[in-house]
Amino acid sequence: MKNILFIEDESVLQKTVGSALKQEGYKVISATDGESGFNTAKSRKPDLILLDIILPKINGFEVLKKLKETPETKDIPVIILTNLERISDIDKALESGATTYLIKVDYSLEEIVKKVKKALGEQ
Amino acid sequence: MDFKKYLNQLNIRKECKKYGLSIWRCPQFVFMIMGVIIIFSTLFTYAISSKYIEDPLLISLVVIFLTWLLLILSYLVTQSFERLAEASRMKIEFLTIMSHQIRAPFANMRWVTDLLLSKKSGITNNKQQEEEYLLILRENSQRLEELINKIITVSKIEQGKFPLRKEFFTLKDLIDKVILEFKSYAEASNVKIIFECPQGLPKIFGDVSQIREVIENFVDNAIKYTKDKGEIKILLSITNKDRDIYFEIKDSGVGIPKEDQKYIFQKFFRSKSAMKHQTQGSGLGLFIVKSIIESHNGKTGFKSEEGEGTTFWFTLPILKNKIKEKDKITN
Repeated sequence: MKNILFIEDESVLQKTVGSALKQEGYKVISATDGESGFNTAKSRKPDLILLDIILPKINGFEVLKKLKETPETKDIPVIILTNLERISDIDKALESGATTYLIKVDYSLEEIVKKVKKALGEQ
Repeated sequence: MDFKKYLNQLNIRKECKKYGLSIWRCPQFVFMIMGVIIIFSTLFTYAISSKYIEDPLLISLVVIFLTWLLLILSYLVTQSFERLAEASRMKIEFLTIMSHQIRAPFANMRWVTDLLLSKKSGITNNKQQEEEYLLILRENSQRLEELINKIITVSKIEQGKFPLRKEFFTLKDLIDKVILEFKSYAEASNVKIIFECPQGLPKIFGDVSQIREVIENFVDNAIKYTKDKGEIKILLSITNKDRDIYFEIKDSGVGIPKEDQKYIFQKFFRSKSAMKHQTQGSGLGLFIVKSIIESHNGKTGFKSEEGEGTTFWFTLPILKNKIKEKDKITN
């Protein structure tokens, strides 16, 4: 069973996205702020990380940077899941090594699950 | 270290992009151009005056006077460009924050409905789970409604279409109602609200719903930014030689860092420390509070220390009239 780390502070999203992913057979680990998100990634080495940008403590960009700088976590695929839509943010995330940048309002739950599967190399 | 900072400042293109204005309207660039103009005109003045004037002292006086005049002019010009740039930057910031704050509840609602409608999830078979998700839907639509109401209020304030419906009312009763309204939120956040009010305070003449909004805003913020177990203390008293009623709300929360304090009442301003603790929030509440208090001829302000808590206060004038004696409340 593959592990997915979901770093997101809004509990509604943890519930909905977490539920949808669990139904597909994945194990979902939740983190509700940037700092614990990074620490959890380091200790549990998930197969994929879903990362929000607006987070308490340290924001998503900083978490992404730290993940890519740490040998234990730099190869874990990261999907950014956010409502920020500025081109500068998208470029910044992709340049920092994010696999995909998803704007929440543009996708249904089913489509998010599809993107996760794709990033994990399954279809 | 400082030299690097100056070099960065000189990267004018990057600085100007922040404002979203063309480079000709950007204050840093304008300042640079003015500097160049001043240098050239100083040299030019010197060249011309030394041709026509004999006395070297007179030449230097003319040059100094002209340079000084140009310096003042460029200062005034750069100042007004800075104000324009700041307004433009705030517009951009508004769009970014607002579109994010409006989209967040939308995304929540969409996904909850996706889950409720999906046959795979089986949630509709579980009544308790179904109700939980429906409550989330309601909460998010309320959140959206509040946000939109705040945006409309701000628009009304800015266009001067925010009329006051004044009447006599008791501030103590209003505060009691608001505390009741926030009771469950406070309990859920493990925060205790204490309200101290002396007897016999006179009534206030003002718009009840607007003053209610002010108090709700203060209480909401106090609870929102108080971590774990905390205490909020509300105080009412008379001040300024019996001419004003004084309201104070003191929390033991995260406090406001010194560098953000002067922006706190500005539209859309959210202190970075606030964002670190609570990602929801429009930055409009305090702007609305200040407008309401000022339209009632009152004053508002705060005292804060990062990590120690914040005390917000406001004063409202007491209308002196013959009815006052009859209206004094007795507990």
